[in-house]
Amino acid sequence: MLRTLLSEDFPRSRALTAVVLLIVLGLVLAPFVFPGIRSLNTAATICIFIVLVASYDLLLGYTGIVSFAHTMFFGIGAYGVALSLKAFPASWGAVALGAGAGLVLAMGLALVIGLFALRVQAIFFAMVTLAVASAFLILASQLSGLTGGEDGLTYRVPRELSPALKLVSAKVMDVRLDGRIVSYYLIFGSALVLVLGLLRVVNSPFGRVLQAIRENEFRAEAIGYRTAFYRTAATCLSAGAAALAGVLMALWTKYTGPDTTLSLSIMIDILLMVVIGGMGTIYGAVVGATLFVLAKNYLQVLMASAAETTAGVPLLNELVSPDRWLLWLGILFVLSVYFFPTGIVGRLRGRA
Amino acid sequence: MAELLRLEGVHTHIGQYHILQGVDLVVPEGELTMLLGRNGAGKTTTLRTIMGMWRASAGELGLAGTDLRPLATPDIARLGVGYVPENMGVFAALTVRENMLLAARDGAMDESRLEWIFSLFPALKKFWGLPAGNLSGGQKQMLSIARAMIEPRRLILIDEPSKGLAPAIVDALIEAMRELKRTATTILMVEQNFRMAQALGDGVAVMDDGRVVHAGRMAELAADPALQARLLGLSLGAHQ
Repeated sequence: MLRTLLSEDFPRSRALTAVVLLIVLGLVLAPFVFPGIRSLNTAATICIFIVLVASYDLLLGYTGIVSFAHTMFFGIGAYGVALSLKAFPASWGAVALGAGAGLVLAMGLALVIGLFALRVQAIFFAMVTLAVASAFLILASQLSGLTGGEDGLTYRVPRELSPALKLVSAKVMDVRLDGRIVSYYLIFGSALVLVLGLLRVVNSPFGRVLQAIRENEFRAEAIGYRTAFYRTAATCLSAGAAALAGVLMALWTKYTGPDTTLSLSIMIDILLMVVIGGMGTIYGAVVGATLFVLAKNYLQVLMASAAETTAGVPLLNELVSPDRWLLWLGILFVLSVYFFPTGIVGRLRGRA
Repeated sequence: MAELLRLEGVHTHIGQYHILQGVDLVVPEGELTMLLGRNGAGKTTTLRTIMGMWRASAGELGLAGTDLRPLATPDIARLGVGYVPENMGVFAALTVRENMLLAARDGAMDESRLEWIFSLFPALKKFWGLPAGNLSGGQKQMLSIARAMIEPRRLILIDEPSKGLAPAIVDALIEAMRELKRTATTILMVEQNFRMAQALGDGVAVMDDGRVVHAGRMAELAADPALQARLLGLSLGAHQ
């Protein structure tokens, strides 16, 4: 059962197994163990980013393709749902329509980019994706009549996902079972299915060819694989998964704007998460996204308490002031890339 | 013997360099043809041109009547041409098993064929689940050849299999190639090591300056030191 679910691709290290189990358990129990809007929001963001980063890992880690258009596909999924829920009354039909349209558009666009640009050198492909993604970002912020421009779109989600819904009147472990909880578990479940699906893809014969292309493209051709086809298919699959992550994001935040879905700073975050976690492992996406989102959300809080305890110490107090949290985040990245060049997962597996 | 591969007046340009300047070569079916010649004569370029990795700019290039010139590399491979490149080209991060599965292409390996390969290269069985990057140079070469053997091929192109290998490993390689020859697989092999060429070659073609300057039987060349000296000169002496 577990073998099939994980496609026989186990963490292959005790420490990594423990870390992954801890993350999954934490996410399953998040609404009850860490009650409160802020922590639930963090948990949902982690789930969504795990999918987003894992789908990027399919491209970067497994196929060796550098793309800067991943947030564009993420945004297409989110805007698909947002526009649909804006245009129609909030219903599951509208969600399905928006998600389907976003998925088709994202995969179609990936196909076009792949067919035109994957035949050229890697650096050109990276540049083409950057150009297309920037153009899309500008388009989304300029077409204010349709997309709400810089302000983005706010909309209502189906009633089952809104806080107004009450499953049972009693509280479970002091938590009200409302639509927010339903919404969270919908996101968690979808993320779980998508990540297991991606794990299935990379461990299939198809995934093996992708890795062969990453290792030695000429050799893969000489064995008889049409590499252009495989690279394009990987780009489309990855774009589709990113779009679905965008759908989840749109359902969770009930707001979609350029800054939360399309911006290039999210692209950089994705790159950092996949590198810190460990490229070409999928598990790296789980670990990287979790650590990154946690650091981004809680480093400031942690530093505030550190600043309080060191109130009397002159220099140290300045250094741990919550205003300096970006500095420390940066230092953490530099250190982690320096000490774990193969990512956290690579490091944990290397020891086993 | 029927001819399997025929090159007629093949020219290949790499950038501004004119490497092959009219190669004529016939590889008969079921034989091992040795392609000899000094460094830079165009032997590797000939193999790569057959494989479609470099485009022939002029001439005829046919495999049993199929014109190879318009075909892309993967399509040539799918016609049943196996290619063992000079630098072995194993997928280092993938396991030995995964390397073999990729070469089998449809994802299933023939058990009896695999057993046969294991009997030739026991090291592959031993390191079956390990990343190919961990293998030694000789083992990588064996994996590379085994990949070409996992399915019946019409033609196998092998580029300098003995390069950089210890003499004892070259002996093992010669034994394995003899086994492969028993299956009557057609092979075109580039080699600098005359001992290996002599031990394995049925036919021989010698290249110089982008042309085939001699074609005949290996046994005749091996028995004629004067011809060897004239054709291979220094390159032969250096390898004996």
